Amino acid sequence: MSMTAKKTNNRLSKAVTSIEPSGIRKFFELASTMEDCISLGVGEPDFVTPWNVREACMTSLEQGYTAYTANAGLLELRMAISDYMEDAFDVTYCPEEEIIVTVGASEAIDLAVRATVDPGDEVLVVTPSFVSYSPLITLAGATPVPVLTDSSTNFKLTAERLEEAITDRSRAIILSFPNNPTGAVMTKAELEAVAHVIQKHDLLVFSDEIYAELSYDEPHTAFSSINDMKDRTILINGFSKAFAMTGWRLGFVCAPKDITEAMLKIHQYSLMCAPTQAQHGALEALRSGGDEVKKMVESYYSRRNYIVNSLNEIGLSCHMPGGSFYAFPSIEATGMDDQTFAEKLLLEEKVAVVPGSVFGEGGEGHVRCSYATGMKQLQTAVERIERFVKRHTKTNLSS
Amino acid sequence: MSKEQETRLLRILEQNGRIDTEVLAKMLDEDVETVIQTINRLEDEHVILSYAAVINWNKVEQESQVAAMIDVKVTPQRGVGFDEVANRIQRFPEVSALYLMSGTYDLSVMVEGQTMEGVARFVSDKLSTLDAVLSTTTHFRLKKYKHDGIVFGEDEKDRRMVVSP
Repeated sequence: MSMTAKKTNNRLSKAVTSIEPSGIRKFFELASTMEDCISLGVGEPDFVTPWNVREACMTSLEQGYTAYTANAGLLELRMAISDYMEDAFDVTYCPEEEIIVTVGASEAIDLAVRATVDPGDEVLVVTPSFVSYSPLITLAGATPVPVLTDSSTNFKLTAERLEEAITDRSRAIILSFPNNPTGAVMTKAELEAVAHVIQKHDLLVFSDEIYAELSYDEPHTAFSSINDMKDRTILINGFSKAFAMTGWRLGFVCAPKDITEAMLKIHQYSLMCAPTQAQHGALEALRSGGDEVKKMVESYYSRRNYIVNSLNEIGLSCHMPGGSFYAFPSIEATGMDDQTFAEKLLLEEKVAVVPGSVFGEGGEGHVRCSYATGMKQLQTAVERIERFVKRHTKTNLSS
Repeated sequence: MSKEQETRLLRILEQNGRIDTEVLAKMLDEDVETVIQTINRLEDEHVILSYAAVINWNKVEQESQVAAMIDVKVTPQRGVGFDEVANRIQRFPEVSALYLMSGTYDLSVMVEGQTMEGVARFVSDKLSTLDAVLSTTTHFRLKKYKHDGIVFGEDEKDRRMVVSP
């Protein structure tokens, strides 16, 4: 081996070498080469951002709002976030001291982890879940520890499962309900049971509630609204899913003052502030976007019912997810593993779904079907999946 | 079916009157039978009045239509207010919509016809000659950008990536 090659091999950090690129990316590369493909693989709304929000952003540009904002974001926006959190979820956060506007909820997760976790700590991660959590924990030098959820509890976290996963080194837990990819939600009572264990073991909570508005059967419970939990909770939310603003990269984080100050240090040195024009758009979203959100939620609701009822009819058993915009059926009936299922379905029927194992332990044997897609396409996708499953299911005709 | 579900059903039908009943039942998470019964009842009660398609007639050769909105001032009549004159106006087949308005005029009459002359003749011969009608102001529609919540001629390209987290 020449010296140059050796140098090249060593120039990456140990931390970054230790994490894998997202499994979604590999699948994306395959799917994006297919023509006439119906994608149920998209983790974002099929709606375009409401016009009033886009218009407000354009106006801010016309008026010349192109400079930095305060590190924590426009105070006006933080005040609107504070009001919104109180109205929608009954939690009170001080706009000056307890809220930071971030570059998407993803940055908020990174800030929460980096501000509170030391090398050697363990951070519990409810799985299956969003692909970013574990890598971000690893990058912070800590160890992600999966806490499994499965179909027996409709992918809800139970106190028992949590208790089993806790060790002396457990420092924090990432909760993510409504969940991507399972669609699971937790009721207030179910969260209280978990909160009891969290209290007992003195854990911090990173509660990623980006899908909070997309709760279909009962109102969402913010984790910090649970008794005694506010002081140990870092609440993460954003505009991407509820307001169809994924590309704007705008989220926010609410936390006790000491943690907010710590997170703000990282945020100010790494990002300075979230994009100014996106903040102006977000302000309008909070002021007048409520009706649009309602319409979108109503539309996801009936699509959810349609796809879940259809999948069950086809023989892919699927619980009725209470939130987000994903159905997470078991593909056990086909005898395939989830990677094979997803690849074959894509190649044979041109429908893209995401293999469940991409979302960590517990995801295997399932696929994630996003129903953030128009009804017409959903119907065609269901027809294609039905044909596919029929072809690949070995039925015992004599029974 | 609950009132809430019934409203959902109506909203879905309003968007797509041709929707397959089985698909509709799945969307509502209800039995097909319940959905059929509810629709029948809503039809009987004249809650659902008709199932119409939204058509861009400009794309159909020889079938392009002219339309006008006519602001009409009328004298309301004792006992029946605007209803009697409205009732007379709405019977003309040329009238596609009729609304009572607040503001500087009383009735807004939507008229559709094959030619501009036809619409003009309707206004001068039929509408203006009604006893209760005091004045009319006719506005011809030049272009349809959006109708019943549907945008005409917008490309519906999905700008998202095929797979994302």
